[in-house]
Amino acid sequence: MQGSTRRELLLGSGASAAALLLAVHAAEATPESLQAAIRNVTGKAEIGKGKVTLDIPPLVENGNTVPMSVSVESPMTATDYVKTIYVFNEKNPQPNVVAIHLGPYAGKADVSVRVRLADSQRVVAIVELSDGSFWSTTANVIVTVAACLEGNL
Amino acid sequence: MMARVLVNVPPKAQRGEIIQIKTLISHIMEPGFRASHEGKILPRDIITEMTCVYNEKEIFRIELSPAVASNPFITFHTRANESGTFDFKWTGDNGFEATASAKITVE
Repeated sequence: MQGSTRRELLLGSGASAAALLLAVHAAEATPESLQAAIRNVTGKAEIGKGKVTLDIPPLVENGNTVPMSVSVESPMTATDYVKTIYVFNEKNPQPNVVAIHLGPYAGKADVSVRVRLADSQRVVAIVELSDGSFWSTTANVIVTVAACLEGNL
Repeated sequence: MMARVLVNVPPKAQRGEIIQIKTLISHIMEPGFRASHEGKILPRDIITEMTCVYNEKEIFRIELSPAVASNPFITFHTRANESGTFDFKWTGDNGFEATASAKITVE
């Protein structure tokens, strides 16, 4: 009897926590510096959703080294290839992470690098294709121990 | 100071095969926002760019920022079209420079 009430209570609190999380997420605004950095590379071009995959763990214990890989669906031929992959973040002191320049000779647009994340935040990847179009994706990462806080370790 | 560098390129490949290249370099990548034990902000000291040239043609270039972890580990792909050499070059703050090269035989 008691067990079932406790379960109900837990279920209830879980659901409300999820609702709260959703509400917070919906209300989240994109910081201006991130927008500015994105506009700096895309200009006024329209940014489509999709084509690019950002592979980054959703829960990170140590923000000092976070494995991240970006891949793009592209045939990588002489006429249709990925020109540049940009990665930005929301809450590090600076919005830029990397800019990767590729060409048809890459064969496959799949690059990985280890990054630093100063806080739980959104990571944005923007891809420029050879036809001048831009595509993007975002990933949310929760960081337990932030980078950039400790001294010279 | 000479940085320690590791590059991994498959020694052999079929013509037209897409190969993976892995590179690792020892570097502190001091972001310029951290304080030392004395409380002073440590000046930025990072690698700003890495390039890979395959038989004198640039096939890969990456611009790095303070948001890249120390000892940058970078992997990417390319199409092996001919036997030859991959030349890697890292450049950074305070005149930092490091190079490495690897050979490939394409059958």
